[in-house]
Amino acid sequence: MLNEPLKLPKIVIRGRSFMALVVVPEAPLQPWLAALDAQMARSPSFFADRPVIANLSAIDDGGAELGAVLDALAFRELRIVGLEGIDPAALSGTGWERLPKLSQGRDLRSQIADDREVIVPAVAEPDPAAGMIAAPQPGRASLLIDRTVRSGQSIVFDEGDITVIGSVSSGAELIAGGSIHVYGSLRGRAIAGLRTGSTARIFCQKLLAELISIDGIYDLAEHWGDKRHGCAVQIRLERDHLKISPLG
Amino acid sequence: MSKVLVVTSGKGGVGKTTSSASLGAALAKAGQNVVVVDFDVGLRNLDLVMGAERRVVFDLVNVVQGDAKLAQALIRDKRIETLSILPASQTRDKDALTEEGVERIIGELREKFDWIICDSPAGIEKGAMMAMRFADVAVVVTNPEISSVRDSDRIIGMLDSKTRHAETGGKLEKHLLLTRYDPARAARGEMLKVEDVLEILAIPLLGIVPESTEVLTASNLGCPVTLNNPESAPARAYVEAARRLLGEKVEVTTPVERRGLMSRLFGKKALA
Repeated sequence: MLNEPLKLPKIVIRGRSFMALVVVPEAPLQPWLAALDAQMARSPSFFADRPVIANLSAIDDGGAELGAVLDALAFRELRIVGLEGIDPAALSGTGWERLPKLSQGRDLRSQIADDREVIVPAVAEPDPAAGMIAAPQPGRASLLIDRTVRSGQSIVFDEGDITVIGSVSSGAELIAGGSIHVYGSLRGRAIAGLRTGSTARIFCQKLLAELISIDGIYDLAEHWGDKRHGCAVQIRLERDHLKISPLG
Repeated sequence: MSKVLVVTSGKGGVGKTTSSASLGAALAKAGQNVVVVDFDVGLRNLDLVMGAERRVVFDLVNVVQGDAKLAQALIRDKRIETLSILPASQTRDKDALTEEGVERIIGELREKFDWIICDSPAGIEKGAMMAMRFADVAVVVTNPEISSVRDSDRIIGMLDSKTRHAETGGKLEKHLLLTRYDPARAARGEMLKVEDVLEILAIPLLGIVPESTEVLTASNLGCPVTLNNPESAPARAYVEAARRLLGEKVEVTTPVERRGLMSRLFGKKALA
């Protein structure tokens, strides 16, 4: 009766990766901000609901204007969640000094090693003149791949669904903002829900995958065992567990 | 019309050099003008397998770097007049190959030969890239094992993206050559089935070469198996593969276990 420990709720902490946009302001600042305004006028929703990292290394000359730059970005409704390239201590007294400094990020484009085939339409070719990321092409919420995805190839499509007419080989990976559909054998990795989160699903004609993941929750082949091995299945997220059920 | 054919696999030891030599000899025997080019700079083997090791003066790297003329480096086979080899250098490494140099040599070879067979080194690095770069046809050599199949899959992906044809929107012809196929182990279910390999790699089958001591014997003698023992099972498989490359329609047969006379006579029990 005495001192019965209070039942505390279990804390579940999950790791998850998000895609943030990195802006790199350049001196002279006024033309750069004008270019940003022009870019935002062309595609108003580009930064909407996107976390933004400010990389201030290009304008870090010890001057006091760093805080003003961040104010200017925030005024344009960019949601700045972190800093790159400078020490946050340089911002003391500006109201921005509590921003975390990030050093672990990897450029999506830097994954494009020579032999990897990465399709990243959401972050299209950067426009070197403006120092900015170009707007996503409108009307491309799904990506159709009309061939076998071979070992070593990586298809990254952050915008939406990936559909493969063919198989996905062992050692290949699909990374989709939305759902993944494979009209063939899925032998490699399928990572879905980068953007849509837990509503994404994975469908395949023959489940022989190495790894499947929706919204950061993943399962390895050894988790699901032989029961669904080689079957036509759909995979969805139910209460933080991947549920594999037969199709049809 | 000359054709540049790359023999490639990703994995080592699956039979690229043996297949290059055997297909080359079989095509030459069919009256084609053939050169087999060894791209395995630093680890050259083709000259040994084809019995030309004592006649190597200049090599591929010398020609790429302009130190020798192509005609000086080509070695004509003593058994078949229409067969030549261009050996690799043993003392250099793969970085000695430049894309421009290889392109120039392939261009020169195209004028002289009907078939330019590029024997690729293992791996996916520069040597293998250079060997496949200008190919019109690829023969992917695969053993019926999962590691070999996955490596071949990777190579097929590269053939589809890294070759000149792929980059200019052309179509590269790809064929699967299944080698070291052991009918006895296949019968016991110890090897990947032919259908499984075909399902994974999804390219047309050029032939199935059975595992055989004939291949090893021929290699040690420095004579492609298609010349050394034309009646042997691997030699016939290579000759048929060569005929398919030439456009003939020859059905692919899966080798079956050759049983001894007694077991053939008494192998099956009569049904009651």
